[in-house]
Amino acid sequence: MYQLIKQIIKTGIKTDAAPLPDEALRVTTQRLHEEILHVFGSALNIRHVDAGSCNGCELEIHSLSNAYYNIEGLGIKFVASPRHADMLLVTGPVSRHMVTALRRTFDATPEPKLVVAIGECACNGGIFCSNDGSPDGGGESYASCGRVANVIPVDVVVGGCPPTPTAILQGILTAVSAQKQ
Amino acid sequence: MPINHPNLHLTQLAGAIPAWSGNIKPDDLQPICRNVHDGGGRLVALWGSDDREQGNGYSLHIALVNEAGLICLSVPLPAGQPGYPDVSSIFPVANRMQRATYDLLGIYAHEGQDHRKWLRHGAWHGGSFPLRKDFDAAQSLTDDADNYPFVQVEGQGVHEIAVGPVHAGTIEPGHFRFSVVGEKMLRLEERFGYTHKGIEKRFESMSLQQGAKLAGRVSGDSTVAYAWAYAMAAESIAAVTPPERALWLRALFLERERIANHLGDLGYLGNDVALSFGFTQFWILKEQVLRNNGALFGHRYLMDSIIPGGVAADLTEPGKRTLFEECSLLEREVRVLRGIYEEHAGLQDRFIGAGRIEPRLAAQLGLCGLAGRASSQAWDTRVQFPCAPYDQLDVQMATYRNGDVAARVIVRFDELFESLRLQREILGRLMPGGELSLPLEKLPALGFGAGMVEGWRGEVLVAIHTDTDGNLARVHPHDPSWQNWPALEHAILGNIVPDFPLINKSFNLSYSGQDL
Ligand code: SF4
Repeated sequence: MYQLIKQIIKTGIKTDAAPLPDEALRVTTQRLHEEILHVFGSALNIRHVDAGSCNGCELEIHSLSNAYYNIEGLGIKFVASPRHADMLLVTGPVSRHMVTALRRTFDATPEPKLVVAIGECACNGGIFCSNDGSPDGGGESYASCGRVANVIPVDVVVGGCPPTPTAILQGILTAVSAQKQ
Repeated sequence: MPINHPNLHLTQLAGAIPAWSGNIKPDDLQPICRNVHDGGGRLVALWGSDDREQGNGYSLHIALVNEAGLICLSVPLPAGQPGYPDVSSIFPVANRMQRATYDLLGIYAHEGQDHRKWLRHGAWHGGSFPLRKDFDAAQSLTDDADNYPFVQVEGQGVHEIAVGPVHAGTIEPGHFRFSVVGEKMLRLEERFGYTHKGIEKRFESMSLQQGAKLAGRVSGDSTVAYAWAYAMAAESIAAVTPPERALWLRALFLERERIANHLGDLGYLGNDVALSFGFTQFWILKEQVLRNNGALFGHRYLMDSIIPGGVAADLTEPGKRTLFEECSLLEREVRVLRGIYEEHAGLQDRFIGAGRIEPRLAAQLGLCGLAGRASSQAWDTRVQFPCAPYDQLDVQMATYRNGDVAARVIVRFDELFESLRLQREILGRLMPGGELSLPLEKLPALGFGAGMVEGWRGEVLVAIHTDTDGNLARVHPHDPSWQNWPALEHAILGNIVPDFPLINKSFNLSYSGQDL
């Protein structure tokens, strides 16, 4: 016990400052009223859904909970059920085998809710789909429905393969901030 | 010769590890597999290919390993009736691989016991096969829900708990069907394939260089191991050896991947038994490793740092000093944390005896990698078949007999210290200057090559077949999770439901890597 307490004291506080919201990440107009955003902004529950990722994006979502990003310190919590969630954090191209599960998770999340798509794959299908260069391709194949927006409505997208924890945090904070004109 | 059999003619493949390839007739498949099995060898991977464009039928390919090295055998099958003798009766681990090969290619095992689908859910119909060359990868067939015949357990007081595909934590999707009495688990049946995103089909329309990026995303936590195995396979076909500096850097990257993942797992294993202190401490260390990766090599997980022909990231002299300092920090801190874990009664109480796989069962199941070594399966590619620069590093293998969560934790600690020692050794030997890569644009026609690398989880294999123009005709990435997932079904027997997350985490297997 002595060692343990000594280690905690020696470690000190590591947390970095949180990033500011970035309007460029927003893909749909902010639908929520400011009062709700105010509540979300200080106590947000997130349900993560891996819709077919390579697990790279998950590694960075895990990192959000480490002492440097300290996401819980911002009042943001990952919850076990969509029924407790205000926001879905979705990674991966949506594999066809995950479409039903993703839709059901979305439906099980009570309104008002927000969806943030994390990673290149979630934004456009990523490397797993051939887009043939068309920006609207969405990245479909026999096994993948491509980007998350092809399956459920998305509020904010965060690119990167995988995006850094700071970028993910910025995406989350953008989704719960009032839209700047 | 690695195996003696009258009908077997093997050719040694060029490249970094001892490997052979050869064609055999379907009738010789079982005797040869039995021969390797009885000699203490294992099945590493099983896949198929559509060779009809070359005027042939299909082929079944298997990769076996024994003390001599890797043996890749191809069994040509007629286009009309592409059946082959069942391998799963000799190597039980072949079961899911055979079923997946049928789902994707339509070649099947005669006399197999289990003919249920494996990777296919509803995305394509039973009679269509994505890896056949005439299958249109762009089409979308169906969105039907899955209908999978789970094995049901009957009896008084038995009930089922269905978990997934969306889990309670931040993990990949898969389904676990538990049959329980009270809290005690009687049976676990896994159902995967949820993250199947058509990786193998995708390779076929890619250039060698694009393929390297895709290989690095089969399982994001093992990106270095996959990228290296892919590069090794390509270099074997082209019969080229990357510059020495590139090889040292590859080993550095691979050990850093192991360090980062082991740190992360050790933290989560503490967390799973309610010692959140463990998570906090280990993840501070992991974050420092990742930040150094980002600052020195341009990517926190080192994605795309290994390319066919060499590496795409270099280490400067000041960078070297940063890593030496990191080594000292990690050695010091992990030693303290290990002491705390070892003396924490509550933690040890949960670790010891949980999720045990006895060495005998481990051998039968072909358990490999880290989990295998915790159950006395002394296989480590870096030790048995040390490719350069491991041939100069004398890697010490960590093995334990107990096969429980505690053993898998100890193996992680030991390997972590060994990787730190290796990192120091590599840094010390990495001389300034030297080429990072040699040009490798295109591969020779109709070639075959295989690469095998000991990733943090276990052995990662990538096999490449080229077509008549030297393009990628077929690429098969194999994750060690294929071997180890079935073992989890045994490990949980007799344990209680609340220990499942802990046992599962102690294996920490890949979903994406086996779903492809
Ligand atoms: S964006 Fe990159 S890291 Fe994330 S799931 Fe896709 S390939 Fe993996």
